[in-house]
Amino acid sequence: MSPFDALRSRTVVLPHENIDTDRIIPARFLTTTQRSGLGRYAFHDWRYRTDGSPDPDFVLNRPEARGAQILVAGRNFGCGSSREHAPWALLDAGIRVVLSSEIADIFRGNALKNGLLAVVLSEGEHRYLLDHPGIELAVDLAAGQIELPDGGRFDFAIDGFARRCLLAGVDQLGFLLQQADAIAAFEQQRQREAA
Amino acid sequence: MKPRTLFDKLWDSHVVCAETADTPAVLYIDLHLVHEVTSPQAFAELRARGLGVRRPERTLATLDHSTPTTPPDDLGQYVYASEDAAQQVAQLETNCAEFGIALHGWGSAQRGIVHVIGPELGATQPGMTIVCGDSHTSTHGAFGALAFGIGTTEVGHVLATQCLLQRKPKTLAISVDGPLGPGVTAKDLVLHIIGRIGVNGGTGHVIEYRGSTIAALSMEERMTVCNMAIEAGARAGLIAPDDTTIAWLKGRPQAPRGVAWERAVTQWRTLKSDPGARFDREVKIDAREIRPTVTYGTHPGMVAAIDAPVPAAASAQDRRALAYMQVEAGRPMAGLAVDVVFVGSCTNSRLSDLRAAAELLRGRRIAPRVRMLVVPGSVAVQRAAEAEGLDQVFRAAGAEWREPGCSMCIAMNGDLARPGQLVVSTSNRNFEGRQGPGARTVLASPLVAAASALAGVIADPRDLLPQEQAA
Repeated sequence: MSPFDALRSRTVVLPHENIDTDRIIPARFLTTTQRSGLGRYAFHDWRYRTDGSPDPDFVLNRPEARGAQILVAGRNFGCGSSREHAPWALLDAGIRVVLSSEIADIFRGNALKNGLLAVVLSEGEHRYLLDHPGIELAVDLAAGQIELPDGGRFDFAIDGFARRCLLAGVDQLGFLLQQADAIAAFEQQRQREAA
Repeated sequence: MKPRTLFDKLWDSHVVCAETADTPAVLYIDLHLVHEVTSPQAFAELRARGLGVRRPERTLATLDHSTPTTPPDDLGQYVYASEDAAQQVAQLETNCAEFGIALHGWGSAQRGIVHVIGPELGATQPGMTIVCGDSHTSTHGAFGALAFGIGTTEVGHVLATQCLLQRKPKTLAISVDGPLGPGVTAKDLVLHIIGRIGVNGGTGHVIEYRGSTIAALSMEERMTVCNMAIEAGARAGLIAPDDTTIAWLKGRPQAPRGVAWERAVTQWRTLKSDPGARFDREVKIDAREIRPTVTYGTHPGMVAAIDAPVPAAASAQDRRALAYMQVEAGRPMAGLAVDVVFVGSCTNSRLSDLRAAAELLRGRRIAPRVRMLVVPGSVAVQRAAEAEGLDQVFRAAGAEWREPGCSMCIAMNGDLARPGQLVVSTSNRNFEGRQGPGARTVLASPLVAAASALAGVIADPRDLLPQEQAA
């Protein structure tokens, strides 16, 4: 996992509420055994028309969305299935930050484990970003701050452990593996209780 | 001691390392279910790091998502929708062999949808923690197990360490009291609940379903209710184990036997919320208010009683959903033309679901315009249904009787609807394109599905029930 420290980027806004993981990557693309190369399927059925041509009206297909790394999405982003292909597809499509007023539990966990910074903002902050698509934000994870073009700031917090892992660019399995003694002790304790 | 909820008891008994401000809890996992779609990258990670599977005996794999539901061809080969799908299945076969995991694969009489076979085998037991790379793992909560879906990275964590890093969620008690009316099923109940609390109403919470209505449900009905906890955003759904649970599990292949059974039952009976235990939130539902219920929009929270007018759109979002569904506000869903009917999925593919649908279809023919697929949840369900002649009832009615799998619920195995087609589906998600690009999904009970197949339009099953039942 590559570390996440800070970035500056324009936003791209998908105001729809309840964007589910089938929207983010349709199930028919889940027959892969890889985690790479899924960016071309991100929001596939919004991005492409049934004849396979890109829909020029879809926000991510517009020229101003090119290179945007911050996705501002409507409330309850990432609901539905547990597929980690959703954050993999977004990352591969160049998205590094997702901002919403509510993010579904499993998606948020998956995102943070892959270096995709998923941040829940207040209703008011969220509304401001929805109403100002394409503005440039500076996201600073260490400081827990998002800086607006006018100098205004939104403070944010994510789980401290996920934050440290993101900043260091280390995955969480390493930490779990270090708990091997405690896990073995737990298993032995249970065996004694069952005997 | 402070009164504890059922969830507290399950959580406390699996904490390996308590959570701190700096670190999440290390939670022990008793049973890890694995399928072909969300596991290949996790096994690849193990290989890359030179790790093994810590507890292969606590890991159980099957094939369900990418698998065809058509019988094998003349050469005995299953015909996959794509080479990728075939590869994915082959990959799981290789991974299970290499890492020593039991796979209920092709040819196994115990193959099936992962959330159908876990309980069927008795692998799912009260008091356990159960995870799977699949959000509908919440199904197993029907047994009083803490069961939730995880991503592929976490699949790797559990394979390697038998543990997960978790922050303790909040609790939500949903109490349901009163009798369910004739033709009103567990599916109608859970759709009603999601409509009431919203598609995000359970986010950050574990739901405990309680009350007299829940206590009166069969195990299969309880599984339907817990299955869809995730559709309200909840991590898990729970129902305290009772006599119904214990009777259902007794004698299952992996259930404890003899003295171990007696001891397990004694322990299982302690698994309930203590009087006075505090939940973070509570919701009360009167079961008498519930009618056969269907979805009208593009998420499982957009529900209405089948004969009630579809609510007016309150937002641009709602207008978009109604336009996609080609549904008019102010008119009921009943009467809308149906193209496809799907009976199956981890929500409603068990023997009692098939019996309910077959009862309405017996001696009748489905409407000529309708294609109906009936997909049993497992080989065991398939065989039990065939032993009762249900397959003949479905075939005689004009429906397709297929091999077990997830099929049209997730539509990644080639079973799908065409753009614009309206599907009455006993599955769990009605997202745009879920059952095929442009397909329109209406979630419903097996009874509503069967009644709609017969009528060719969305139909109220109460009109077909025997008089004494419908009264």
